[in-house]
Amino acid sequence: MLTFARRFAFFLATAAALAAADRVSVAAAANLVYALDALNAAFRATEPGTTVVVTTAASGNLVAQIRNGAPYDVFLSADLAYPRTLLTSGDAAAGTLTPFAVGRLVVWTMRPELDLGSVGVLMRNTAVHKVALAQPETAPYGRAAREALRKLEVWSEVQGKIVIGDSVSQAAQFVQSGNADCGFVALSLVVSPELTGKGRYLEVPLELYSPITEAAVLTTFGRENAAARRYLAFLVSPAAREIFTRFGYGIPPAGAVAPVAPPATSPAS
Amino acid sequence: MSDAASTFLGLSAPLWQSLGLTLRLAACTTIILGVIGLPLARWLNRTRCRLAPILETFVTLPVVLPPTVIGFYLLLAFSPQHAPGSWWRAVVGLPLAFSFTGLVIASVIYSLPFAVQPFQAALRSVPHDLLDAGAASGASPWRVFLRLHIPLAWRGLLAGLTLGFAHTLGEFGVVLMIGGSIPGVTKVASIALYDEVQRLDYAQAHGLAAVLLAVSFILLFLVTLLQRRAR
Repeated sequence: MLTFARRFAFFLATAAALAAADRVSVAAAANLVYALDALNAAFRATEPGTTVVVTTAASGNLVAQIRNGAPYDVFLSADLAYPRTLLTSGDAAAGTLTPFAVGRLVVWTMRPELDLGSVGVLMRNTAVHKVALAQPETAPYGRAAREALRKLEVWSEVQGKIVIGDSVSQAAQFVQSGNADCGFVALSLVVSPELTGKGRYLEVPLELYSPITEAAVLTTFGRENAAARRYLAFLVSPAAREIFTRFGYGIPPAGAVAPVAPPATSPAS
Repeated sequence: MSDAASTFLGLSAPLWQSLGLTLRLAACTTIILGVIGLPLARWLNRTRCRLAPILETFVTLPVVLPPTVIGFYLLLAFSPQHAPGSWWRAVVGLPLAFSFTGLVIASVIYSLPFAVQPFQAALRSVPHDLLDAGAASGASPWRVFLRLHIPLAWRGLLAGLTLGFAHTLGEFGVVLMIGGSIPGVTKVASIALYDEVQRLDYAQAHGLAAVLLAVSFILLFLVTLLQRRAR
């Protein structure tokens, strides 16, 4: 009985300590899933005692959740449009829009016999029956893929071959399982520790699609969370940039980086 | 607006298409559930085979299994890296994932217990002496089944078919894993609804959700009536 009471007291003390510790709840676009492990480890190294909890899904899905009151402090979007939507609707804190990485689009295949000479040639290949991409309506990598295919003037030919994943991760799943012959995914996924060395990829030339500027924003829910503000600032630190580069991202040009608002402890007027 | 021409009752044409596809999928699935589920239910009721409990457990699994589990294993099974998928690809030339046939196979597995369990209960409810009398008057077992068993248990059997149909309408996780969201082929209503919510088009989402809610209610109400009368 006594041991139980003691254990319970210890449990209460631990729970109280955890509640008091800084906690950042991050909602992140699916393409960031691998880079985030390294990123959060680096962040925790600078801030021992801070807990980072991550949810990954398609950006559009996360926006829908946030607009309906999901308790995320920081939203890491695959493009600028979604955080802007949240800023307009008042679900994100003004002045916190932070572009932190530029996504790169690749075509990825597990089929060793496919000729990866160029995107156009690959798309016209009759051996390619199914091409996976993320939902162009809601996933930035899907939209970029559609844009590239239109620019290459193969969209109408490819349309009948397209299968759509809910997010870029799911498009990758279709390719990895071999159900789709090839697919448009984020470079960050195919160079990840889990997928590196699996299949082959061809980078889609940057001039074929508008830049996929990955950007973060503080949600209205996380406005008062000082640790969340530090997390946002950390995303554009040299340490974070090194990680993004290692994980297959470009770095946004200096002008694209909006200044991060000061911490909540000294609120901007 | 140019969109106005392609909307009916407030729902856009692609959403009606997804509803039509869902109904077609549920209809195909229900027919197959009847064809394989009925003999299966009868066999499970009568057999003394020691493996029957294992088979019955397998049939019942989708009741408790997350649909994504079924979807995940089907994604692997349909893949050309594994026997069923590579065989299909060799014969048909296209992957089984992302196809209507693939969805039908998945739906039959997913909805099987929802049909087979009512079938078993309905068949069990027919008094044994009636069937014995039929057999004693010289009818073959098959004839007894067709002429006595089915007519006497029809309410329960119809309830099973309706439940199988209704359950297929609600399929989401399985299709998400193997469907590929192809309009008219694999983009069923539940996936279309999910996409509308992601696009933040709540008006369209509401319309589609309301239709699914109404259809499901009517079907379940029918099942309830059938089962109350069968008792």
